[in-house]
Amino acid sequence: MNYTVGIDLGSTTTKAVVLGEDGAVLGRGITNSRSNYDVACSVALSEALINARFSLIAGQFQSIARDPAQAPALVGALERKFRAEQYRSQLRVLDTELRRFLSRLLTRPPAATGIVDRIAGRMTAEVDALYAEGARRKSDFFRDLAGSRYLALAEEEARATGVSFDLLAGLFDKAILDVENSAEAAGRFDEHAAAALAALPGADPALTTAVARVSALTLDQIGSVGTGYGRQRLPFPEGRIRSEILCHGLGAHAMFPRTRTVLDIGGQDTKAIQVDEQGIVTSFQMNDRCAAGCGRYLGYIADEMSLGLHELGPIASQSSAPVRINSTCTVFAGAELRERLSLGEKREDILAGLHRAIVLRAMSLLARSGGVKDEFTFTGGVARNQAAVAALRTLVEENYGARTVNISEDSIYTGALGAALFALRSAAAA
Amino acid sequence: MSTTPSVTTAAQKDSSQVRQKEMIARHFDRLAAAPDSGARCAYTFVPGNLTELLLSFDVLPVLPEINALQSAMRGKTAEYIAAAEKLGHSEDVCTYVKSDIGMMKSGNIGPTGQRLPTPDLLLLSYTGCFTFMKWFELLREDYHCPVAMLHVPYQADGRITDNMRTYVVDQLKNVVIPKLEEVTGRKYDEDRLRAHLARSAQAEDDLVWVLQSAKNVPSPIDAYFGAVYYVGPIFSAFRGTADAVDYYRELRAEIAERIRQGKGPVTPDGEVERERFRIVVEGPPNWTSFRQFWKMFSDEGAVAVASTYSKVGGVYDLGFRHDPDHPLETLAEYCLGCYTNLSLPTRIDLLTRYLSEYRADGFLINSVKSCNSFSAGQLHILREVEARSGRPGGFIESDLVDPRYFSAANIKNRLESYFQMLDQKRAGAAS
Amino acid sequence: MGFLPIYVPRELLHAQGVLPVGLMGGRPDLEIIKGDAYYQSYICHLPRSTIELGLNGSYDALDGLIFPAICDVIRNLSGMWQMLFPKVLVHYLDVPQNFDPAIGGAFYRRDLESLSQALAARGARPLTADALRQSIALYNENRRLVRELYALRRREPWKVPTHELYVVLRAALVVPVEESTPMFADYLALTSADRSRRPQDQARVLVTGSFCEQPPLALIKTLERAGCYIVDDDFVQVHRFIRSDIPVDGDPLQSIVNALLTDAVASPTRYIADEVKGADLNQRATDSGAEGVLFCAPSFCDPALLDQPMAVRAVERTAIPWTAFKYAENNGQFQVIREQAGTFADSIKLWSGA
Repeated sequence: MNYTVGIDLGSTTTKAVVLGEDGAVLGRGITNSRSNYDVACSVALSEALINARFSLIAGQFQSIARDPAQAPALVGALERKFRAEQYRSQLRVLDTELRRFLSRLLTRPPAATGIVDRIAGRMTAEVDALYAEGARRKSDFFRDLAGSRYLALAEEEARATGVSFDLLAGLFDKAILDVENSAEAAGRFDEHAAAALAALPGADPALTTAVARVSALTLDQIGSVGTGYGRQRLPFPEGRIRSEILCHGLGAHAMFPRTRTVLDIGGQDTKAIQVDEQGIVTSFQMNDRCAAGCGRYLGYIADEMSLGLHELGPIASQSSAPVRINSTCTVFAGAELRERLSLGEKREDILAGLHRAIVLRAMSLLARSGGVKDEFTFTGGVARNQAAVAALRTLVEENYGARTVNISEDSIYTGALGAALFALRSAAAA
Repeated sequence: MSTTPSVTTAAQKDSSQVRQKEMIARHFDRLAAAPDSGARCAYTFVPGNLTELLLSFDVLPVLPEINALQSAMRGKTAEYIAAAEKLGHSEDVCTYVKSDIGMMKSGNIGPTGQRLPTPDLLLLSYTGCFTFMKWFELLREDYHCPVAMLHVPYQADGRITDNMRTYVVDQLKNVVIPKLEEVTGRKYDEDRLRAHLARSAQAEDDLVWVLQSAKNVPSPIDAYFGAVYYVGPIFSAFRGTADAVDYYRELRAEIAERIRQGKGPVTPDGEVERERFRIVVEGPPNWTSFRQFWKMFSDEGAVAVASTYSKVGGVYDLGFRHDPDHPLETLAEYCLGCYTNLSLPTRIDLLTRYLSEYRADGFLINSVKSCNSFSAGQLHILREVEARSGRPGGFIESDLVDPRYFSAANIKNRLESYFQMLDQKRAGAAS
Repeated sequence: MGFLPIYVPRELLHAQGVLPVGLMGGRPDLEIIKGDAYYQSYICHLPRSTIELGLNGSYDALDGLIFPAICDVIRNLSGMWQMLFPKVLVHYLDVPQNFDPAIGGAFYRRDLESLSQALAARGARPLTADALRQSIALYNENRRLVRELYALRRREPWKVPTHELYVVLRAALVVPVEESTPMFADYLALTSADRSRRPQDQARVLVTGSFCEQPPLALIKTLERAGCYIVDDDFVQVHRFIRSDIPVDGDPLQSIVNALLTDAVASPTRYIADEVKGADLNQRATDSGAEGVLFCAPSFCDPALLDQPMAVRAVERTAIPWTAFKYAENNGQFQVIREQAGTFADSIKLWSGA
């Protein structure tokens, strides 16, 4: 089966979208961007291909399942088991790496080996619970999931044994790089799929048939295009690199064909893009050289308040009287925040003000690019933040009148989708 | 679609380039020798410079703006600016000024490595830039020399009025000329001035021909980066000299030959072989990464076919020529007509006109932090020119001579996106 | 007619039956939605709020705007205004930098005449010498009262807190001179008579650099709370740009011209030809008995910030200490300034006590 892929190498995450020859999305994959861009791309691609295979399994299984109504739930269970297997295999690599770095330490506390054994053991034991039905995971990235658990356990061990926490944390920092930077750590699809099936004894045998058919499929890449902030360093030939502006425009057009204006607020930059009825970019504006008002700013705020990034929006949404914030300067964010908190202003009101301030910056870029036309599509990481979305809706309506505002669940994949469509076009033209 | 590797081929030095280099070297030799030769020198600015008048008094011009940009190209401005900021100059203000002050405090070594003479006169042609006034107030504190202030009113309503012309002529007669007489001990010699002005007009004809040669497809010149070299002599110490007349005659012949051969512009990295985009550029270049900046264009086959920066020392393509029959009036007209002395609506008209006359695909604004005269309102210009011309504008930000404000990755990202957008639009229009 | 900082001859407008309205940018809590789309981050704040207010209809009652020549940003804004509001009168008042009556004076006079004609063409009364003389007299009285208020503040700064005086001066920008003169007189009478206002141990400071974009009122209050008496400043300077009375006899238009040429303050926006740079500032510091100078300029303000190193050198030639900070009209945080001004005031008090 032939596919094309688009890869969007962003400052914080790398996304891949895989398309079939008919242009339909087969799969999406995401991973955290890391120092090794090649690996980030290949991990994102392999995640997208896994995702594609699960879509194919779901489709196949639906038509042959004993009880079609139960089919989606069963595929869901299979995917969880698959993810657990994948996680376990990454844990094994992590364990090996931890021991390797431990053995290299010049002064090795005698208790250390035992500690690593215990931590690895406990983490492995927790895997099934982590991927149980309905379980909540803070992140989909191995680094985040394993990291937060490892550090918590290391802290316990450090307290109990007196071995330095910094030493244990340092081990993880080294070991995780090797786990991340080997694309192999995530393992092979058919092995994990077989293990996942084995973990579902008594499941509809048709599922085994579907998995076997899809595992046997060869997926052939007939085109690829890379884009994103890090596109200069993508492991792609120059002719297969497109600017993220063009990709976002086309991706937004593919998601919402009536799109005329696109706003993307990512980690490092904000883009306001105007597209025509075919998704061709007619004008664009990006934030100036300072990153004020980008997603990264929210990251600083979250750190400053010791909150998770995803917690900011819900808290801000509780505000009834947002504070007026005039500066979105990242450098001064911390000081400004502390002063306001010390003045007794409520956390939710400050956060609501900050979200509005970010959206105001975006409004000025939108105005520079030619305004907000109907329909208006909002993409990027910040589009998942409900407080930012609410502020944007209000300001757009106040300044441009009623506009259909599109926000896709998959908005983070907009650039990668556009890139994949460019790849498809080139493949079709070739 | 992205970079086409062989857009440029190896460069060669034209004889006009060699000539210009020699002219500049001779000028700086004369300046370096001034303390011994007794030659008088005046510091002055590019827009509204009165070179013919200075030459008629045998006064040598020194142009601090040019020194600053040359310092930037030699990688000296980071230290100069730091030195000025240490002395209390704000990080918010013009880096030409800070670079100049830093250079002065570091021994006043000019672009050729020779020491510049201290000024006998600061000729403050206050034309199109508020900062000029503060700049020479600052220099005066160190040099303790006379200042001749020439206030050139702003063409706020898009035209030169009799009141403006009279005001400038009155100042020339009553302020500038007497100051020059005082500093040099000579009498004003109008016939000498006329002779210089006649030579100016001759060189200006050839310069305009060269700049307008970019109307050819492909353009034989780059009218932004390349034009920086072409306008060099006439914007600095050479307008009104026989050297300038010869230089522009030679340059014109060279360009004529390029047109005949259907050749594209010469860049430091070679010749642009395939013109892919024709661009009009607004705003001064960045000087600290000048070559890198230019390469971002030439690598993409982007050629500037017209620019406003090449008009800061005079908008000759609109028809103005120095007129020896009306020496002071013509100097006044010249000062009043420089690009940064034009109102925003006039600048928008000019850019829109360039886009159609030079058959450009789009226009780019390089917005420099230092220069509010250029930059304040450029986003409005962007919007208006796009609306009127229907052609897309791009917007990038940098600075004149402060390397801290040239983010290569950032600018390249925007330029690439812009050129790809032009490409895509063209493909869309063709299908 | 609206006008931007620093100075326009309001007498001329008044004499033609035109109400001069001083525009000073936006309040700190004005949310900038459209204005930022016109300016890069390195340009001061005043033009953003001016455009915001223009586009949101706040200036709809004005028949036009006068943009005095003070810097390139305001200069270019005049052209932007022509495009944004093509129906209103836009006049760029090109204040001369040559102070010879026969040269700069003649130019300025002709510029004022053209302004006057433009106003008349839009329905204002034609200018007459008599009307102009009457207007000059009214504004002389108005300015005299401002000078008295400043004098009172120099003598007894506790009686004229600057955050109060400032509001009075701002209010006077938007009402007819016939109303602002009695307002000044009332305020002067009330505050002179107020015996509840007692001196406190505060440092006497001169604030300079805030002649165009205005500091938020909270900044002025911050300085006062940090232990400073502001004894001289350049806020809302149109009221004091001409230092003394303009003669009412003779050719009144020429008197207005001459006042600018010979009797205007040494603003950083003016070319200082023969005097020593900063001499005027030092004189004002002496006259006001200032114990310290606060250089308080808006971020990215070319005239103030380019001038500052020269002014600082001038102040350093005296024994008066100084400190410097920047602001924007929409500043919301003053903690750093409070600490800086507080430390400065404390050190002055310690030093003068020793």
